[in-house]
Amino acid sequence: MILSRTARLLLRYVALAYIVILVVVPVGLILWRTFSPGLGTFWASVSTPAAISALNLSLLVVAIVVPLNVLFGVPTALVLARNRFRGKSVLQAVIDLPFAVSPVVVGVALILLWGSAGVLGFVENDLGFKIIFGLPGIVLASIFVTVPFVIREVEPLLHELGTDQEEAASTLGSQWWQTFWRITLPSIRWGLTYGIVLTIARTLGEYGAVIMVSSNLPGTSQTMTLLVSDRYSRGQEYGAYAVSTVLMTVAVLVLIVQVILDARRARAAR
Amino acid sequence: MTAGLAPSTEAPGRLRRARGTTSLRVGAATLWLSVIVLLPLAAILWQAAGAGWSAFVDAATSNAALESYEVTLSVSLGVTVVNLVFGLMVAWVLTRDDFPGKRLVDAVIDLPFALPTIVASLVMLALYGPNSPVGLHLQQTRWGIGVALLFVTLPFVVRSVQPVLLELDREVEEAAASLGANNVTIFLRVVLPALLPALLSGAGLAFSRAIGEFGSVVLIGGAIPGETEVSSQWIRTLIENDDRTGAAAISIVLLATSFVVLFVLRAAGSRAAKREELSR
Repeated sequence: MILSRTARLLLRYVALAYIVILVVVPVGLILWRTFSPGLGTFWASVSTPAAISALNLSLLVVAIVVPLNVLFGVPTALVLARNRFRGKSVLQAVIDLPFAVSPVVVGVALILLWGSAGVLGFVENDLGFKIIFGLPGIVLASIFVTVPFVIREVEPLLHELGTDQEEAASTLGSQWWQTFWRITLPSIRWGLTYGIVLTIARTLGEYGAVIMVSSNLPGTSQTMTLLVSDRYSRGQEYGAYAVSTVLMTVAVLVLIVQVILDARRARAAR
Repeated sequence: MTAGLAPSTEAPGRLRRARGTTSLRVGAATLWLSVIVLLPLAAILWQAAGAGWSAFVDAATSNAALESYEVTLSVSLGVTVVNLVFGLMVAWVLTRDDFPGKRLVDAVIDLPFALPTIVASLVMLALYGPNSPVGLHLQQTRWGIGVALLFVTLPFVVRSVQPVLLELDREVEEAAASLGANNVTIFLRVVLPALLPALLSGAGLAFSRAIGEFGSVVLIGGAIPGETEVSSQWIRTLIENDDRTGAAAISIVLLATSFVVLFVLRAAGSRAAKREELSR
């Protein structure tokens, strides 16, 4: 299909205008509003005690969620790529399920399972282990929404790698952990890296599922996203913009990592 | 279908060990996914089943629920259609056109995926909220929810169409052109049928995201019942009022809708793909 010059330019500018109006202008406006009162004001707003403790809580959740997702995600990807077993397609579907579930529904599900009146309410009532409205609830909600990332980034690389090198290593007398450490892990490291990056970004950015299961108390159970909405609803618009800018920086870093890894992949394919 | 498909040259002892570790690994993966994903979702069904069928129907068809479906579905449908058109246009420009800064634009498309939903909400409010620099006040209107959803669902259609468009055989288009077909005919008879499966799956993903969206609409929507309160906000209200059965019922309706839409569009897409294969 060869378009005339006018049609091509028209199409180009309509598409670009759509992206600019929908994405670039609003994002730019937030940045401008955040930094126009000066860096000092910005810093003061993101270093209040409430903001620091929100950052600490968000990072703590990340520090729990990422290792768990790696620890369970990599073996799951291995089993999906290497083994055939009954119910494999069901397992594949379950892994993609979190993408199709509304964050609020995730919150409802966790409350109905782990809440004090939930199906497994005895954990809180009899064992005294508070999950909903506590840190474990936030962690469970974050894992729910991030569970596909590591698996889905690592699995295709394992398919590509095949088993030849691993079999050669084990023929030469290598133990399974040596094979994993020396052969498998180096081959999947970029997929794993990107999976971890996505997990971190989503964990820091999750709002809907977290607000359902958090008591949302400033200084104790407020993550960064909860702080943004809390500040906005209290009328502290500037404070909300400032914390949003911090979160936006994380998002932009993710995009940069993505571009770098894509370029690397393209070079490897060539 | 078990691990017994391993090469037959292996010693029997080793084979047995391999089968043992396979079921162990499958078991571990299943257990992990069950605790994290399946058990919580099962708890929703459990709650609804425990309350009985009539309580479920009452909660799922209460006035407030019906109003929230109306808002959610009408806005989501509109947003999906708009992003279908513009998403195709953006994908086209990104694959067939060339201009300085194209790679930057390509990266910007993913920004709505990378940005936290609550930040997306704030970003939209900055432009269309009470202090709008362009004089558009969309807070607490359906248009406000609409622009927020347009923002968060922008990447779906673009990203599903782009790879297909890239792979598309230009020779077929050239052949059609040399046989005297004009651009409209080529687009409708050659390009569009090939893109249909990707368009449908992108639209399905965008729609399913839109009906469940919470963070990006919560600040700009304002939850006016019957006007801007979407189903996910209604679920939150029900949970806050400790109406667990009601929340479970609306959750099931949302989940079922999004599964049906994804399933139907995927089936339609694969049928279209098959037809496309056969006609070649």
